[in-house]
Amino acid sequence: MSHIATRTPSPLRRFWMRSQGTLLPVITFLLVLLLWEICVKVFAIPEFLLPAPSAIWLATTEQAGLVWGHTLATLRTVVLGYGLSILISLPLAFALTSSRIVANAVYPLLILTQSIPKVALAPILVIALGANELPRVIITFLVAFFPLVVAVTTGLLSVPGDLIELGRSYRATRLQQMVQIRMPYAIPFIFSGLKTAVALAVVGAVVGEFVTSDRGLGYLIQTSTAFFRMPLAFGAMLVLSLMGIVLFQIVAVAEKLLFPWSSQQQAD
Amino acid sequence: MTAITIDKATKVFSSRDGEEVVALSDVSLDIGENEFISLVGPSGCGKSTLLRLIGGLLPLNAGRILIDGTEVKGPQVKTGFVFQKATLLEWKTILENVLFPLKIMGTLDAKSKDKARELLALAGLDGFENKYPAELSGGMQQRAGICRALMHDPDILLMDEPFGALDALTREDMSIELLRIWREQPKTIVFVTHSIAEAVLLSDRVVVMSPRPGEVKQILDIPLPRPRSFAVQKDARFQEKVDEIRHLITGK
Repeated sequence: MSHIATRTPSPLRRFWMRSQGTLLPVITFLLVLLLWEICVKVFAIPEFLLPAPSAIWLATTEQAGLVWGHTLATLRTVVLGYGLSILISLPLAFALTSSRIVANAVYPLLILTQSIPKVALAPILVIALGANELPRVIITFLVAFFPLVVAVTTGLLSVPGDLIELGRSYRATRLQQMVQIRMPYAIPFIFSGLKTAVALAVVGAVVGEFVTSDRGLGYLIQTSTAFFRMPLAFGAMLVLSLMGIVLFQIVAVAEKLLFPWSSQQQAD
Repeated sequence: MTAITIDKATKVFSSRDGEEVVALSDVSLDIGENEFISLVGPSGCGKSTLLRLIGGLLPLNAGRILIDGTEVKGPQVKTGFVFQKATLLEWKTILENVLFPLKIMGTLDAKSKDKARELLALAGLDGFENKYPAELSGGMQQRAGICRALMHDPDILLMDEPFGALDALTREDMSIELLRIWREQPKTIVFVTHSIAEAVLLSDRVVVMSPRPGEVKQILDIPLPRPRSFAVQKDARFQEKVDEIRHLITGK
């Protein structure tokens, strides 16, 4: 190997320089996995304390069908709760920013809903709404919607006075000001909120599943740990984080495709 | 012909703690058609306020402002505003930005795009129609801002320190550009600036204002021949006027 490297040093080196940003974290990750695997083997750590990566992989792939089913169940809750949070946040933020009366009336209430610990609310919602999907969706919604409302409101309010004056100088109506100036200006803020919210929606869905569920990755983690099936519990947890990453990236890619100038602006 | 009549205009701002600040007190001024007039003075002399009053962006507390004999009650189509920053919409291309006034006023038609392209070419921005503002330099952005203000063909161009955010070299270029555009599309221009030399170079008349309360201190004619270029700065009369205005403002 070494003599190849010495004969053609520059292309290899160039490849390294170019892909360092992506390669380095992958290598670090693999090294951590390796270290983890070795430690578990060398120190004979019992599986219920810390399963080896290989054991997690085996347990998860052996039951791929089961894990997939639970994944879809969680995904469904996440998507429904997240969708609901978008449907409610956007108009709410528009209302908050276009009327001082609405803002004064609603904003304190909004903050109040945020001070309620969602985990504490979950069992109460189950009694009120029944042991079905609804309380899980509502909890997901409650966790996700607040940062979204705050982000959209902030975006709509942070439009520079110059741009508002520009609209006024051409006698823009309030609706035109909202649609032509405030809303597009807020797009980067909205997407930053959408990204935070989608990550939180996954958390919300799992919290809901912990409290009441017979399906979903949260449920799978609970039942697995109850029987000390730690590799599967770890596997479910990793699938959850993967779901979070993928959903986050979907939102990020959607922003890049739909509003190229928006992601550009954030990079500045 | 008088384009703008300012008759004892007074503007009072009240701050949040109820304190009242007189930004403009009894300002009277007649501005002729297609005249290039500059407002200069130290910060707080009310020159930007006066510009906004003419543009109808602010209401008067007393007095009145007439454009072509009609009292200004709010923003109107006869004026175009150029701000200190280019204030382009980041999410629109340069062409869309220039078309923005027509879109807001609902007067977009088939010929608008051609007209916008002509204006952009006039300002030296041909080839940049489909770029986004972030892709342009500060000077080019401000040129686009000027095109936008000209788009609905206003009789009056109100410019609030339009070159104030630009570097010194770009700034000089832009003043000559502005004179060229003004020659090709004659308008009444009210130009607010901090730069005395800029005011003398550009204007037919310079209005020197003084602060607390904002008042007109003196109005000076600039009898330099047109068309003007940088060479005019070597003219003895140019330096004379600059010195005179500086003396009026600083007392030195």
